[in-house]
Amino acid sequence: MADQPTAYERFIQGILPENPVYRQVLGLCPTLAVTNSMNAALTMAGAVAFVLLCANIVTSLIRNLLRPHLRIVIFTLTIATFVTIADRFLAAYMYQMSKTLGPYIPLIIVNCLIICRCEVCASKQSVWTAASDAAGQSIGYALALSSIAGIREILGTGMLFGFRLLPEIWPDWVIMVLPPGAFITLGLLLGAANWIQIVQSKKTDNN
Amino acid sequence: MTSQSEKKSDPQPESIKPAINVAPSPHIVDGSFTTRRMMYDVLIALTPVICVSVYLFEMYAVRQILICLASCLVAEALFIRIRGKSITLMDGSAAVTGVILALSLPGTAPWYAGVIASVVAIGIGKIIFGGLGMNIFNPAMVGRAFVMISFAGVMGAAAYEHAGDAVNIITQATPLNAFKQSGIVSPLTDMFWGTTNGSLGETSAIACIIGGLYLCIRRTASWEIPFGVITMMVLIAGIKDIAGPFSGRLVLHHLLGGAALFGAFFIATDPVTSPLTRKGKLIFGAGVGALIMLLRLFSGYPEGVMFAVLLMNALTPLINRWTIPIPLGEE
Repeated sequence: MADQPTAYERFIQGILPENPVYRQVLGLCPTLAVTNSMNAALTMAGAVAFVLLCANIVTSLIRNLLRPHLRIVIFTLTIATFVTIADRFLAAYMYQMSKTLGPYIPLIIVNCLIICRCEVCASKQSVWTAASDAAGQSIGYALALSSIAGIREILGTGMLFGFRLLPEIWPDWVIMVLPPGAFITLGLLLGAANWIQIVQSKKTDNN
Repeated sequence: MTSQSEKKSDPQPESIKPAINVAPSPHIVDGSFTTRRMMYDVLIALTPVICVSVYLFEMYAVRQILICLASCLVAEALFIRIRGKSITLMDGSAAVTGVILALSLPGTAPWYAGVIASVVAIGIGKIIFGGLGMNIFNPAMVGRAFVMISFAGVMGAAAYEHAGDAVNIITQATPLNAFKQSGIVSPLTDMFWGTTNGSLGETSAIACIIGGLYLCIRRTASWEIPFGVITMMVLIAGIKDIAGPFSGRLVLHHLLGGAALFGAFFIATDPVTSPLTRKGKLIFGAGVGALIMLLRLFSGYPEGVMFAVLLMNALTPLINRWTIPIPLGEE
């Protein structure tokens, strides 16, 4: 295990260098579906963070008991447990938001991001590393979701978090809060992320 | 290697049409048949449509065409610069996109709708895919769809009608909307000459036919596509007439009303986003015609040309694959 990244590296990598959405392009289903408002996006990011953290810790604790041919089943069961908790919690305390997010909270079970972290990190490394990995990835995911949701909500409704940001005469770009807006925004931001990556790697090459 | 790199730096990129790479023989290419010539042909063919539109809608038409034309040219120059390529404004493709886009919008559309539609058309519709020849969807229709969905309140079916406007035509409902909302059938002569309300370029059937025939004769547009569109529309509208309850809306009302002819001749015939083979073009045209009729008859929208063209654009690669000609001698 000498070649595995340390806890600190895992944490830092998850935020920007290995951002779940912009670099790994994982978990796109909720990324596209719930980013039409900042509130929904942040709730989603919170739910994913909770599930990811708990699943990573549990998987890491039982990592020596895992059998290769059964590991995906165990991951999924672990994740499903925490998704159910998150889903019921939202339904109990944030009913309206639970309605808004609809099926996308239960769908966290099959979110590749979480299974990927269990497989790549938690099933191989210590609890502390797995937890910091989950924290880094969650922050990265929240940043990605809120960047998309911010653009879509501002352009689509002229508001952010439900507060008016642009003047009243702003013509709402309704398409931005509809599904096409999600694809356009994600595509453009992905392109921008790649472009920044290219520029940066050129700079480091020159140095 | 040296000869290849020399070829790549050939200073006339407009003479290289990706379309030709896919088709089999003939391998002799007519050098005069350039993108530029095709685009200027389209502009010439659009002249009668523009004239009728300016005559009917007066300042509304002039304003909208100027806004879209200028925004498209600026957007093209800007995005091409971002991509680090040489400016290709002179091939006229951006101008054609701008004029077609303007003619497909309502004259009363606010200025920002034209500007946003142009930027989206050129940026997201064309340059992102790699520029002219690489785009999947008709750029003008991408831009129009973007603003039509975004600003449904000021651009949608009801927004065409401005009661008490100085320009008389704009006070009426569009023929398609009048029928969809209240079952009123507009007189055919008005729809033929164009003295009805509607998007700037779509009202006059005769202007679209004159321009379209010019394009087909010059072979800038393939006759198969408008032929397919019109045949399919006549077929479905005919079946509807015979089968359904009599509504007074005949086949000709469908054909002359709305953007059917404008779309068939000017929008669906975009050579980049339509199939390459003759059979493919007929299938494409028939698909557009069928979708126009389905959307008009069964959807909430009074008109369906834009979505029909965009949907068939998405199918174009598939149609191309279906209709690859078999070389002589091959099993």
